[in-house]
Amino acid sequence: MADTAITVEGAHKKYGDKKALDGLDLTVASGTVQGVLGPNGAGKTTLVRILSTLLRPDAGRIRVAGHDVVAHAREVRLRIGLLGQHAALDEELGGRQNLEMFGRLYHLGARHARVRADELLERFGLTDTGRKPVGQYSGGMRRRLDLAASLIAEPEVLFLDEPTTGLDPRGRAEVWTSVRSLVGGGTTVLLTTQYLEEADRLADRIAFVDGGRVVAAGTADELKRLTGGDRVDVVLRDAGQLGAATALLPVPQDAVSVDADRRRLSVPVTDRMTALAGVVRALEDAGIEAEDIALRRPTLDEVFLHLTGDDRAGHHRVREAV
Amino acid sequence: MTPYALVDSWTMTRRELAHWARRPVQVLVALVFPVMMLLMFGHLFGGRGVEGGYIPYLVPGMLALTMAFGLEGTMIAVTRDLDKGVIDRFRSMPMASGAVLVGRATADMLQSALNLAVMLGVGYALGWRAHGGAGALLAAVGLLLLLRFAMLWIGIHLAMIAGKPEMVQAVQILVWPVGFLSNAFATPETMPGWLGAAVEWNPLSATATAVRDLSGDQGATSASWAAEHAVLLAVAWPLALTAAFFPLAVRRFSRLDR
Repeated sequence: MADTAITVEGAHKKYGDKKALDGLDLTVASGTVQGVLGPNGAGKTTLVRILSTLLRPDAGRIRVAGHDVVAHAREVRLRIGLLGQHAALDEELGGRQNLEMFGRLYHLGARHARVRADELLERFGLTDTGRKPVGQYSGGMRRRLDLAASLIAEPEVLFLDEPTTGLDPRGRAEVWTSVRSLVGGGTTVLLTTQYLEEADRLADRIAFVDGGRVVAAGTADELKRLTGGDRVDVVLRDAGQLGAATALLPVPQDAVSVDADRRRLSVPVTDRMTALAGVVRALEDAGIEAEDIALRRPTLDEVFLHLTGDDRAGHHRVREAV
Repeated sequence: MTPYALVDSWTMTRRELAHWARRPVQVLVALVFPVMMLLMFGHLFGGRGVEGGYIPYLVPGMLALTMAFGLEGTMIAVTRDLDKGVIDRFRSMPMASGAVLVGRATADMLQSALNLAVMLGVGYALGWRAHGGAGALLAAVGLLLLLRFAMLWIGIHLAMIAGKPEMVQAVQILVWPVGFLSNAFATPETMPGWLGAAVEWNPLSATATAVRDLSGDQGATSASWAAEHAVLLAVAWPLALTAAFFPLAVRRFSRLDR
């Protein structure tokens, strides 16, 4: 049991007639970062709220840090930290006041709560905020304080629900750095996001959620392989040579995708380096000039669109995000 | 209940007190506003048709009205918390779940006790006296706080139904008529018969009349059952309201996970 931090089996949750979770299964190993990726309304937040005991599932067996979230909510609460989508802070109080209050509510004792608050303020670069109420913090500062609050009791499992939504690039980078440093300490992290790049950078394993269930899961590399592996992209100087170049390549012609507007060929390859060298040589021998040649993996964006189909409502949002 | 119920309740009460320190002006306004009302109504109406002077009649009425209007303060505070998501953090922590409500209750009762102290002082300056002695005065204060206690649970319950702070205004439309359709400002005999009867049975009227009785001033102005048993009603009404709304409020709160 110690090796598994989160087990979700057949989780169901309905709001009225709307199914938010529809038989979701997920297992997260201890000490890893699990990304949960999906469009708006896929059920990500519902999942986090159930895992953090804020919401009762209609059905399913859900265990976090070795305890059932419904039957033993208090045991679970002793072992988790939560960073929700909206800042869960007292906005009228200052940063230190917030952390001290939460520390007392974790029953650290007045003195330890104070020491812990100071440690966390220092660690998240919030020492100079003084008495300023949290309501006047910038978005990034508020997120960092929120993250600090969720770490007071040194949780075994940390839930981050869209931790960087609404932050500017700098705020996002700050949160990413903090999360990475946490994982070094052995904390299990479950992170939901709409940003594919975020999952790619932070998560050991990723689950794509759509319609309240997991539609695909694996490491980022495994998921990328779902769309057909690596490709070599070639941009030619002269669009007129696209046809000739395609004919030269050592792959079946219908596997090559051609984008005439951008003067670009995209070629699926199996053996990365050999294939790249082969393409370069073939073009050189034929005297076709290339402006740019690149070997690339498919992006999670492509995997996402591949899995959910182009007509999904979340599609545009995901596109923008990347 | 966890073994930490008391400690956590104290932490949550301290949170509310810290809020006071953060907005002293608002706290001051909350203390001064009922005093302003008292002065305003005292001079504006001058108590036509009230024997023995208007101030002894008005002061108990305003005390009861202030307790009743405490409902709004409770509602605003609760909806504000629910709206901000800080409740989510509390609920995801291993704290005693009732502590959030106990903290709210303690702070609101403290605020109301302060309100009472200030208004009694101002009332004294205006010429109101507790003729019934210290025991009766304490009993009167007890009845007023009992009314406030009932309003507290109504407020928490309504706030959780309303959800958003903006919705509180909708509830005010109900609270104000109930507050003013009482004997706080005028005796029921000066009103149309049907209204006077309704006014006598208003819980707020019962408390106001009981406080007048206890301070040895003209209490009941009519011989109706409600007027003659004002002290009994001033105990029964708040207890009945608390018995109804306390479980409702607690149930609503514990069902936030649905």
